[in-house]
Amino acid sequence: MGRLNRDVYVAVFLLLFSGVMFWASFDIREPDYGVLAPSVWPRVILTFFTILTLIYLVQSLRRGPDEPDANAGEPSTVGGWVSYWRNPIICFVLFGGYLAVLPYLGMLISGMLFVFFLLSALGGWSPRQLSLHAAVAVISVGGMWSLFTYGLNVLLPSGELTGI
Amino acid sequence: MILENVADAFGHILHLKTIILMFVGVAGGLIAGAIPGFTIAMAVVLTLPFTFSMPPEQGLATMVSVLVGGLSGGLMAGILTGIPGTPSSVATTFDGFPMARKGKPGLALGLGVWSSFFGGMISAVLLVTLAPQLARVGLEFQPWDYFMLVMFALTITASLAGKDIVKGLIAGALGLLVRTVGEDEAVGMARFDFGSEILLSGFDFIAVLIGLFAFSQLLNDVRDPKSARTSLSEKGTIKARIEHIEALKVIFKNWIVIIRSALIGTFTGILPGAGGSVANILAYDQAKKASKKPEKFGTGTPEGIMAPESSNNAVEGGALITMMALGIPGDVTAAVMLGALLIHDVVPSPTFISEQPVLAYSIFIAFFLATCIMLLLQSGMLRVFVLVTRVRMYVLAGVILGFCGIGVFALNNVDHDLWTLLWFGILGFLMRHFGFPLAPMILGVVLGNIAELNLARAMAIDTDLTHFLTRPWSLFFLIIALFSAAFPWFQAQRSKKKWTLFYLPVACFAMSVPLFMMGGIPRPVIACVVVAGGAWVLYKRWKSGWALDAYDGHEIKEG
Repeated sequence: MGRLNRDVYVAVFLLLFSGVMFWASFDIREPDYGVLAPSVWPRVILTFFTILTLIYLVQSLRRGPDEPDANAGEPSTVGGWVSYWRNPIICFVLFGGYLAVLPYLGMLISGMLFVFFLLSALGGWSPRQLSLHAAVAVISVGGMWSLFTYGLNVLLPSGELTGI
Repeated sequence: MILENVADAFGHILHLKTIILMFVGVAGGLIAGAIPGFTIAMAVVLTLPFTFSMPPEQGLATMVSVLVGGLSGGLMAGILTGIPGTPSSVATTFDGFPMARKGKPGLALGLGVWSSFFGGMISAVLLVTLAPQLARVGLEFQPWDYFMLVMFALTITASLAGKDIVKGLIAGALGLLVRTVGEDEAVGMARFDFGSEILLSGFDFIAVLIGLFAFSQLLNDVRDPKSARTSLSEKGTIKARIEHIEALKVIFKNWIVIIRSALIGTFTGILPGAGGSVANILAYDQAKKASKKPEKFGTGTPEGIMAPESSNNAVEGGALITMMALGIPGDVTAAVMLGALLIHDVVPSPTFISEQPVLAYSIFIAFFLATCIMLLLQSGMLRVFVLVTRVRMYVLAGVILGFCGIGVFALNNVDHDLWTLLWFGILGFLMRHFGFPLAPMILGVVLGNIAELNLARAMAIDTDLTHFLTRPWSLFFLIIALFSAAFPWFQAQRSKKKWTLFYLPVACFAMSVPLFMMGGIPRPVIACVVVAGGAWVLYKRWKSGWALDAYDGHEIKEG
């Protein structure tokens, strides 16, 4: 395991992905009309994609293991990894949560909550920061929501529970 | 007829609401450009949802304004804080920051602002004159040629966007593949839907672009908790005032630097894949080589500010030339502009200028006007823009992520666009982390349908695949695609391996073949010049005994 570099794993993953997509391309129905069958173009792309990924894999294997300082700063333990990637993980999880509660709370409330919790998780939870984050969330999301709803006449989703 | 169209276009642009939107757009672009980590492409892509409900002329004028503002915004942060706001203004800091530290921040800013203005104006003139001419050439293209043009655009973007062309090409292919998900446009068959209704409707490509570019960039910016909590510039109040008269005197004395750099910028912009991040370094390098005092570069010389600023503002004029004349975006920002046209059901192609003259002239006029607005705003609101660099990155990222949610939903009023945003945000973040350039993928997403549609049209006309090799334009694009794919190897091996001595002559000879095949008089004459150029290089190398030259290369980074 230690003898391989990170690009090898990425290349293997891409090859697997390409295999799945090739397999899925056989599910595309072929109609009796039209000169270019719907599966041709995706398969042309996948063929190039696979060839390029194989070249990438060979290049990565030939390069050998990563230099000790190649990924300097990146941790090797699970705990360290979570701590290193804490902020992006928080962003993903909170954005996922925002999308999950969107049908119930609506765009305005869930958007404000998302921005408030995101700012607090990234910036800190002191009382002063919390009030600042709340103000930023209300003004930014409220302003944007008003602009789209009243200025651009876009119907943004209202919540089942909140009605707005 | 032309005057009528121009008058109509003026009517659209000189509308009070449009002018206000343009001021807001330029101001937004200047702010975005001033903030390191907030790229111009991100600003333009985030403007897109606002323009959805506007008439096309108004929406595009707003986007052009953001673009022009963004191109100039980087110089303020670069000169006053030494941190370039955008990759397009990296070279500006080489001399701008030292000049400001020597006590002349007003002159440095004046040079930057006016060079940006002149660069933008020169490029706007070239846009107006060259785009219709190039569109006339584009009218000769048949589906085979068009398909190969898309392949060329993807290849050259992959070769210029990152250090590793294989990763660039993989990213480009992935972009093409993403666009095949859902019903195919020709016969409406489901592809890669895996039984899901959501996948069957395909990915909205604007949501994909915002996810890939904006979302992933913001996550990158807040990755380090410490830097996410610090503001970008902690300096005290900036008291600089732009010295316009002094700057103009210096610029008129060195006008050749402005013109040369604007030309470098415009032609770099025309080339798909090479944007302002390449142009500003190239122009700086050329200005240094042409200078009588090259040793002064890096210490605060005026030419060192004029060259990059003139060139980076000229880039977008060039990128718009290719987009408006051929329907091929020159860079990520032009790809987003193309997306803006598509959401208004306008498909850019060689017939765009002749079929949509009012819209085309509106873009030209907006470009001119936005450059003038940029000059006004930069002169009057300098402190405001610099103050923006004091906002903490996590606040900016949080607010923009909130906005991404509302903006993306507004595109089609469907929830699953928001999930598209999230998944492609994650994908973009991972791609950045593993060193895959995003520009080829974005171009692949934007051009995927165009490529497939032209392939289908070509096959419908004739199933003979040799047309790709026997039609002059198709062969021309194939040859330059192959040579651009080999370019990174050439660059890496230059001055190390003998074969690199033959790269340029062989490219010239190969390119002359389709030019000869095109017939007529001008193109074979150009072919003769190209062959003569290749022969001259070969002769020079033979005279020097096939000696390898010393080469001081520049690293090209994605913008």
